[in-house]
Amino acid sequence: MDLVEYQGKQYFARYGMPVSPGEVADTVAEAEAAAERLGYPVVVKAQVQTGGRGKAGGVKLAASKAELTEHAGNILGLDIKGHRVRRLWIEKATDIAKEYYASFTLDRSAKLHLAMVSARGGVEIEQVAEEDPEAIARLHVNPLDGLSAEAARDLVERAGLDPEARAGAAEIIMKLYECYIDGDADLVEINPLVLTTDGQVRVLDAKVTLDDDAAFRHPEWAEMENFGESTERERLAKSKGLSYIALEGSVGIIANGAGLAMSTVDVVSQVGGSAANFLDVGGGADADVMANALEVINLDPSVRSILVNIFGGIVRCDDVARGIVKALEQVDIGSQIVLRLDGTNAAEAHRIIDEAASEKIISEATMLSAARRAVEIAAGTRTEGGSKL
Amino acid sequence: MSIFVDETTRVVVQGLTGSQGRFHGLRNRAYGTKVVAGVTPGKGGQDVEGIPIFDSVAEAVAATGATASFIAVPPRGAPGAILDAAEAGISVVVCITEHIPAKDEALVNARLSRDFPLTRLIGPNCPGIISPGKCNIGITSGDIALPGGPVGVVSRSGTLTYQALHELSQQGVGQTTCVGIGGDPVPGSSFVDVLTAFQNDPETRAVLMIGEIGGDGEERAADFIASSMDKPVVAYIAGVTAPPGRKMGHAGAIISGTKGTAKAKMEALSAAGVKVAKNPTEAGELMVELVRAF
Repeated sequence: MDLVEYQGKQYFARYGMPVSPGEVADTVAEAEAAAERLGYPVVVKAQVQTGGRGKAGGVKLAASKAELTEHAGNILGLDIKGHRVRRLWIEKATDIAKEYYASFTLDRSAKLHLAMVSARGGVEIEQVAEEDPEAIARLHVNPLDGLSAEAARDLVERAGLDPEARAGAAEIIMKLYECYIDGDADLVEINPLVLTTDGQVRVLDAKVTLDDDAAFRHPEWAEMENFGESTERERLAKSKGLSYIALEGSVGIIANGAGLAMSTVDVVSQVGGSAANFLDVGGGADADVMANALEVINLDPSVRSILVNIFGGIVRCDDVARGIVKALEQVDIGSQIVLRLDGTNAAEAHRIIDEAASEKIISEATMLSAARRAVEIAAGTRTEGGSKL
Repeated sequence: MSIFVDETTRVVVQGLTGSQGRFHGLRNRAYGTKVVAGVTPGKGGQDVEGIPIFDSVAEAVAATGATASFIAVPPRGAPGAILDAAEAGISVVVCITEHIPAKDEALVNARLSRDFPLTRLIGPNCPGIISPGKCNIGITSGDIALPGGPVGVVSRSGTLTYQALHELSQQGVGQTTCVGIGGDPVPGSSFVDVLTAFQNDPETRAVLMIGEIGGDGEERAADFIASSMDKPVVAYIAGVTAPPGRKMGHAGAIISGTKGTAKAKMEALSAAGVKVAKNPTEAGELMVELVRAF
């Protein structure tokens, strides 16, 4: 799960990192009350899961109540790269002298944790990496050894942080590592990490991605609100244990296995269509699972046809076919289904589908031909079986 | 020949008394794999359809001479199970468990490389390894594989691997070994590890490689293929249309920023002389064509 800024800061604060005082606000009145308590000047910050908030007008300084009311009103409801702002973070303003960067993430190739620190903060680290790779100091951390205070001090020095910021920054980096490890984050990023005009080192922005697989040892995560733009369909799919991601096309996709589901989305695109979603039903494609998957896709108004692509290994195609036939009895599907079943017991599966003789189902022998058919139906250039589209 | 496992491999199943372990462990035995032991702490002395259960991997190894382990235990227990196997001297550990926390995987990999460099971990979150006609460890259906080579298969995805095996087998093209390295960010064995073994295996004459978005394993494979392989490679990469920042089912299948895109991987592989297919069917066809020309 990706945390928004204020959640990230609260997470950092648990590990003792210095963050500025602030409060959340969902209305202009709440923002005004928060600012009164904090004292002006304050910064009004949109809480959305995307970068570039400043450029989009989602971060404003307010020196007075009049300014705060204006900014809070403008930012609430603002659309930032498709994310609607519904919560603000009102924070005591900081007098910034210098902006730095610090993060931990996993280096997949090295199979080690990777710290990155730079004296060039406040801009996208990818941009720094491209323009001036030398400006980023890197350190691999073996989880068996952990991060020593000495290594952290050496890292900030190599990164070229100003001498007066080094001790404070090294201390924050130690805590950031602890947060990354014990807090089970896939990514922790402070950008910017700032040196204030009065010589303090502080966290000014926070980006945290939690590892969902570690949720079992973090009961506190259950209380965090998910600001991901999850639709009703995404929530329903999650509650049914399906791996579902909404996309923007018109061909609904159901496949077994993440790789095959991804590949099915690709093939639909290759034959000139576009997928409405990614949906992996996983290993057990039985009647209930198929019914759940069809129910989720059926909720999507942009779906014009449904492509079911199942390869039977241990999952037997005849079981899947029975599942689909049963699912059609349970769910009133609005679109035509193009079915490609191959692998274990495929012949028997096709017999079951033929016998059911549903107008809703068209069988195709290969992934490619099934994708073509589904795309044609979605485009309205071809209708089959008397189904209304 | 095959890589990593063969007809002499003796397998202990960690978690044989659980539903997954029992189902797949017995299937593996029915395929002809020498499944010699099971391990479930506290259940030593019992048996699963004649396969003796031990309290620890060390006891199982001492009593049965097991050389490989199949780990079918839930995510919380899997990291410890992998290290138990390594400590007991197991040389090939196959872990199918999905949803192990990334920190635990990183720690296990660090322990393996420091303390047990000779233990090969395959997975986690993978379908396992099958050397057709000789040994099947994991969840791959033995029916879709064909013995005799000459193709080696390596893949990050389960169902795409099955599809590839099926298409090759239906055309009469056999496989030496098929290795599923798994869909997690830090696989125990990488593409390069498996390609190295295929390059050194005299019976493997061509390799089919199935990758997906995320990480740089495919790019590293491309470098290795260009510098160190003389056997032909056909590749397919899933996720050309995947949006950045979303995990496509697998924990490791995510495009972050501009890194890990399918396009970059396909370009790197093409530049290394690999035949890159547009879809899984085409990958099968290209491989069949290539093998028929041998």
